[in-house]
Amino acid sequence: MNNEQQYELALDCLLLAGQLMMESGAETYRVEDTMLRMARSQNIEDAQSYVTPTGIILSLGKRQITKISSIPARITDLHKIAKVNSVSRKLSGQMITLEEAYEELKRIQKTNYFLPIHIQLLAASVASSCFLVLFNGYWSDMPAAFVAGGVGFAVVTITQEMTRVKFFSEFLAALVVGLIASLAVHFGLGIEMDKIIVGAVMPLVPGLIITNAVRDLMAGHFTAGIAKGAEAFLTAFAIGAGIAVIVAF
Amino acid sequence: MELIIQLIFSFIFTACFGIIFNAPTKAIPYCGFVGAIGWIIYYMLIQINVTEVQASFIGAFVVAIVAQIFARRFKMPMIIFNVSGIIPLVPGGIAYNTMRNIVELDYTMGIQNGMRAFMISGAIAMGLVFAEVIIQLMMKFFKTGLTSMQSFARAKRRLK
Repeated sequence: MNNEQQYELALDCLLLAGQLMMESGAETYRVEDTMLRMARSQNIEDAQSYVTPTGIILSLGKRQITKISSIPARITDLHKIAKVNSVSRKLSGQMITLEEAYEELKRIQKTNYFLPIHIQLLAASVASSCFLVLFNGYWSDMPAAFVAGGVGFAVVTITQEMTRVKFFSEFLAALVVGLIASLAVHFGLGIEMDKIIVGAVMPLVPGLIITNAVRDLMAGHFTAGIAKGAEAFLTAFAIGAGIAVIVAF
Repeated sequence: MELIIQLIFSFIFTACFGIIFNAPTKAIPYCGFVGAIGWIIYYMLIQINVTEVQASFIGAFVVAIVAQIFARRFKMPMIIFNVSGIIPLVPGGIAYNTMRNIVELDYTMGIQNGMRAFMISGAIAMGLVFAEVIIQLMMKFFKTGLTSMQSFARAKRRLK
């Protein structure tokens, strides 16, 4: 393989690794670090990258071509981050070649690492009811929180599949959660509406995005930090608006 | 007894968030462990009348240290452990009360609760970052390896 092709393969491989990590919700500085580390392992010393939450620009040096990869949507998928991380570790340690790394990354891109949806729903329900214990709620409110949390998570997953508008699906989920909680209190199945609602919306809270936003800001990635902060604010606002509709009536 | 109940439920709570965020299956119990430690420390500090902002800071600090230990042990990114670990500390209830006060046109209480939520989330973020920086400094003494933030800065410097 000649030099030109080798560079092109390296560029594709690095860009794919960065794209996968960014789509799964990794910190911006970690994405940049991973790409530069992989480049150095291939004896490409003057690689430059510019990473934002919505797109990556990567160049392997002054004479080589530059490629852009856009990132339309971001989800939280820690398993994928761990997988890409281990590929980059292996490549940096010269345990695999560039071709093997690229093949593996392509396989990671196609695989769905999410646990089955019913297990996720169960986790959301259980988390919602556990929240009541941590925050001095009544034990008798747990069934209501269990149902509300599960249904809320189901609504956000289904509407996200259907509409692809994150703001709307979160708003709708918060609305449904509020409705279930107030009905439960109305029919005597729950005591404290507030705690049921807070517990049930916890699975929707943008915890990862907030943490990453602050960490990116501290690492000097101001563009990424502000963008992620805006995303987190929008999610929080959607949830708040959905609940506010219920509380207001 | 109360402490044991809190420990068990915070473990389950955090592990469930590990599932929702799709952490690797073998890391999920450790995610729960990280969250339980952070929450118990927060809980005990609140019991002895430490303010909630300081308690959140120390809780997040401990979460980040334990997460860093697990990350090194399992050779996984630290983010896997500390994302679900800080979830019990996130001021969800206070943020909800803020929303509720504003909708009910009680703006004074709304601002007060909003400030509380803001201070607590700032304390959590500071705790996480401080712990990471302190571990970096310690690693510099022991020379056992670089954290990602440190090697990122080094790679950038080398380019200049």
